Amino acid sequence: MSHTLPGLLDTEAIRKDFPILHRTVHDGKPLVYLDNAASSQKPRQVLDAMSEYYERHHANVHRGVHVLAEEATALYEGARTKVASFVNAPSRDEVIFTKNASESLNLVANMLGWAEEPYRVDDRTEIVITEMEHHSNIVPWQFLAQRTGAKLKWFGLTDDGRLDLSNLDELITEHTKVVSFVLVSNVLGTHNPVEAIVRRAQQVGALVVIDASQAAPHMPLDVQALGADFVAFTGHKMCGPTGIGVLWGRQELLEDLPPFLGGGEMIETVTMSSSTYAPAPHKFEAGTPPIAEAVGLGAAVDYLTGIGMERIAAHEQAITRYALERLAEVPDLRIIGPVSSEDRGATVSFTLGDIHPHDVGQVLDEQGIAVRVGHHCARPVCLRYGIPATTRASFYLYSTPAEVDALVRGLEYVRGFFG
Amino acid sequence: MRLEAMESMYQDVILDHYKNPHGRGLRDGDAEVHHVNPTCGDEITLRVRYDGETVADVSYEGQGCSISQASASVLNELLVGKDLAEALAVQDTFLRLMQSKGQITPDDAMEEVLEDAVAFAGVSKYPARVKCALLSWMAWKDATAQALGDGLVNERTTS
Repeated sequence: MSHTLPGLLDTEAIRKDFPILHRTVHDGKPLVYLDNAASSQKPRQVLDAMSEYYERHHANVHRGVHVLAEEATALYEGARTKVASFVNAPSRDEVIFTKNASESLNLVANMLGWAEEPYRVDDRTEIVITEMEHHSNIVPWQFLAQRTGAKLKWFGLTDDGRLDLSNLDELITEHTKVVSFVLVSNVLGTHNPVEAIVRRAQQVGALVVIDASQAAPHMPLDVQALGADFVAFTGHKMCGPTGIGVLWGRQELLEDLPPFLGGGEMIETVTMSSSTYAPAPHKFEAGTPPIAEAVGLGAAVDYLTGIGMERIAAHEQAITRYALERLAEVPDLRIIGPVSSEDRGATVSFTLGDIHPHDVGQVLDEQGIAVRVGHHCARPVCLRYGIPATTRASFYLYSTPAEVDALVRGLEYVRGFFG
Repeated sequence: MRLEAMESMYQDVILDHYKNPHGRGLRDGDAEVHHVNPTCGDEITLRVRYDGETVADVSYEGQGCSISQASASVLNELLVGKDLAEALAVQDTFLRLMQSKGQITPDDAMEEVLEDAVAFAGVSKYPARVKCALLSWMAWKDATAQALGDGLVNERTTS
């Protein structure tokens, strides 16, 4: 098997940065970690930045006058600057730190639920999402629709795992207040077309929210080029720690829209009867933020930028193309999602004959191969394709063709086991 | 390359029940329940029919992994024909085994009660799969309570 695909990164060097990739599982089997769409592993640089923060600089941010408080604040705010630059935000004040992408999306939904005109979502308005959303981009909008009386609508999917945009103009209408969709699907791997949706949304004056959780870790992300109003993603899928997410929003919207969580940090002045609020982003960051996690995310951004997002995207493209070719050789294997590597992320879902994904995943695990099984928090996708669940392999900058080979060998073994 | 741990989970008995399930398909019943295992999407629709306090039939339809499907098949084989108190005792023993985190090695007494269901002992070591094994058993107890009433079920529960 040839392991020199064009575009590959020097994974031997990169893997040295990730301590966990050197451990073994189940009595000495090397770990083949193919569950990156659920969470990525962390390089030494991120772990060190977080340790150093706690060992040398920790204090609460934005309030002390002592050295540690100033250092902690500088590190926390420095991470914001790094993230802003990573997504090409026009201003660092447009970057709000949250707990994860789910919280980011819930935050937008709540801003709109409590907003005044012209943003207010109410019973005369509509919310548009898609059938390939993660539950985190479905349930907050269901809440908003149920609480305001707004109508929830969605784009369907084509048989080959793409968004069906044939009824774009009927779905997004002058009643639409917000359109929220995923940039890269966490199940299908589909990389969705942004321009047509954004253009139509802008025509009718609807806000556009993009869930970039599966895009930010894997490809250059430019919020200005996307043309969206809000972009959400999470830190732990992009080499950062858990507990830190990002919501980018256009400055004028962040100024106009109301805060959601109240508390310390987000205020300007407080009396017993009312308060005024700090300017964005602090307006949306009530309470002590995840400081060490932000520092870790800043280090992750440095790490990814040091390698180069274009190069990471090219590497994953090569691995995905190879994986799709090799998986096509496995009898009874059906790819759920686009079968070509065009407009596609490094996530490949499939079914294997009648063998339930839980059984596939369990037998792969015993061989040291970590995949995700189930409906991947996107149950409507499984319903759409008439399957109970899928097995999902997802790759990252440290994934190798040899790991794809191990997966294919593992699947052959699974077939034998249940055949 | 069959591994020891895997063998203890995927016993031949389990694979046999998975490939040739007993009593599968929905038939007439006194009560019907639908249970899901949200972590993996296993689903079962299960009906119970009672003749007095005797389990006359347990019929089911579902989708899921080998463990959940085999477990439903074993349940059907074990419980049909038993009276309620006996069936509840089997259910309780199976529950105890599955919640043992691999700490219980079934002895002869347990094997006598559980028959083929002792093959699931290995599954109890895998927390993510215990719910798969218990899905049909929880559904059966729920359906039984609906068919006969909570009061009677509690009265006939010995433990």
